[in-house]
Order: sequence, then C-alpha cells, then structure tokens
Amino acid sequence: MSQNEPNKVQQYGAAFVTGLVFAVGLALSGMTQPAKVIGFFDFSEGLTSWDPSLAFVMGGGMLVYMPVFRLFTKRTRPLFDTRFRLPTRRDIDLRLLGGAALFGIGWGLGGYCPGPALTSAGALSSKAFTVVGGMLIGMFLFQQVDKLRARRAEKKQASPNGQPEKAVS
Amino acid sequence: MENFTPLASALGGLLIGVASAMMLVLNGRIAGISGITGGVLKLQSGETVWRALFVAGLLVGGFAYHAFAPDAFAIEIDRSTGALLAAGVLVGIGTQMGNGCTSGHGICGLSRFSPRSLVAVLTFMATAAATVAAVSHFFGGTL
Repeated sequence: MSQNEPNKVQQYGAAFVTGLVFAVGLALSGMTQPAKVIGFFDFSEGLTSWDPSLAFVMGGGMLVYMPVFRLFTKRTRPLFDTRFRLPTRRDIDLRLLGGAALFGIGWGLGGYCPGPALTSAGALSSKAFTVVGGMLIGMFLFQQVDKLRARRAEKKQASPNGQPEKAVS
Repeated sequence: MENFTPLASALGGLLIGVASAMMLVLNGRIAGISGITGGVLKLQSGETVWRALFVAGLLVGGFAYHAFAPDAFAIEIDRSTGALLAAGVLVGIGTQMGNGCTSGHGICGLSRFSPRSLVAVLTFMATAAATVAAVSHFFGGTL
C-alpha cells in the first residue's frame, strides 16, 4: 500500500469507530435525555430549573479538540487520507444566520440535536425515531430546493451573454 | 440546578472531543453530524460509504449503550408526535441551510476559532432559549 494512496478500508473503519465513540460520549454526557438539553435553556424557575450540564459537554469536547486541531493540522495530511478536507469560508451571510436560527428553534422544541437524535434512535426510542424522520425529511427537502435555486441562478447568469457560468455552492 | 451532572457531562464531552479528534487525525475531516448525515442523502460517489458508516456507528453505539444503561435515554420531555416531527424538520432544514449543528459549528468550529461557527452557535443558542421560554410561558412546558 503506497503512502500517497488513501486507504478506503481504513477510512471506513475509522468512520464507524468514530461514530461509536461519539455515541457513547453523547449518552454518557446526558445529551440523549432531551430534558437535560431543555434544562440548559430553562430559567422558568430561575436557577432551580437551570441545568448547566450542556456547557460541561461543550467544554469537555473543546478541551480535547482544540489542542489536537492546533497541533495536528500543522502536518500536511491526516493518517488515512492524502489531505485535510476542512471548511475555509469565513463570511457571515443570511443563509448561515437563518439556518442556525431555524435549527435552534427545532432544538429547543424537541430537545434533540442531530447527534443525540441518531444515538437515541439507535437505542430504539420512539420519540427519537420521530425526530430523526422529520430531520431526514427536512434535510432532503432543503437539498432539493437548494438544487433548484442553484440551477435557476445558473440559468440567470448564463442568459445575458450566453456564457454559462459554474454555480458557486 | 437539581439535575446538574457535571462529572458525567464533562466525561461524555471529553469522549465527544476524542471522537471529533479521531475524525480529524485519521480521516482529515470535521466531525459534523448534520453535514455527514445530510451528505448520505446526496449520494455523491466516494462520499457516501464513510458517511453511512459513521451514522451506523452512532446508531450501533446508541443501541449498545442502551443495552447496558437504559437510563441514559430515559428522561424524555412532554411533546406530542406532531411537535417532535416539526422539531425534526426544523433541525433538518436549519442544519443544511446553516451548514452545521452542535458538533460541527459547536465543538469543532469554536475550537478552530471559525467566525462563521461562533455566529452560528450564538444564533442557535439564542433561538433555542427563546423557544424553550415560549413553550414554557405559553404552553406550560407541554406541546
């Protein structure tokens, strides 16, 4: 096996084990209990109803990820692929704000963000099945609408001078 | 703060950090659950199998954890099926539109000092808090 060829089997194994560890972390952290998530945002009875656990989950995660990211991305490549595939955008647009706002409403309404919803679905929770079902529908719908929108923008760009331009995603 | 679990939550968080770090160190990618899950639906060649396996790992992990400690999934909230479905749809649309959720923007994005992620986290935290307050105030915490 050449060092420059990405090894698919290693990548697949790593993805599966990463998912496993992630699920165990989520379940241990309490995030698979929607009441704990809602509790983080619940000040209806002041500090009595407040549950700061979520901040400890985020803090614990960042405590590990921040130094690993800083040190490891100085390397030229990850272990099982030829290069890093990381986000590069830094602009703040309406789409980011609107998307995050909608996600937050759904999160506050159901108490499940995507990771805990999937992990709880694996634990055969019927409520999580409903949330995951809705989530997949929402993801699919948005992707289809976004595809249509991108195609229309492409046509619009192409029509004035007859030169089709590549849509930027 | 009667339900506060600092130790278990911090330990769980550390483990989530380890999983996110594994995705970076081994495969060179961001462990963003909504991005990975949404990517499965797009069926791009070469990008589907690893994503599906990551999601499978989450499901199997949840199943196995439940077998040993069912209490981890016990405390639910008072929501109708319709409310949960609507919540799921909003999470689905929102995370695709805003390119991320609590893992990708939260843990990974904030650790990378990404300005987009910081703005996203502040936004979804604010609307989640507003939603919880609204459900509590107008519907007595049940919906």
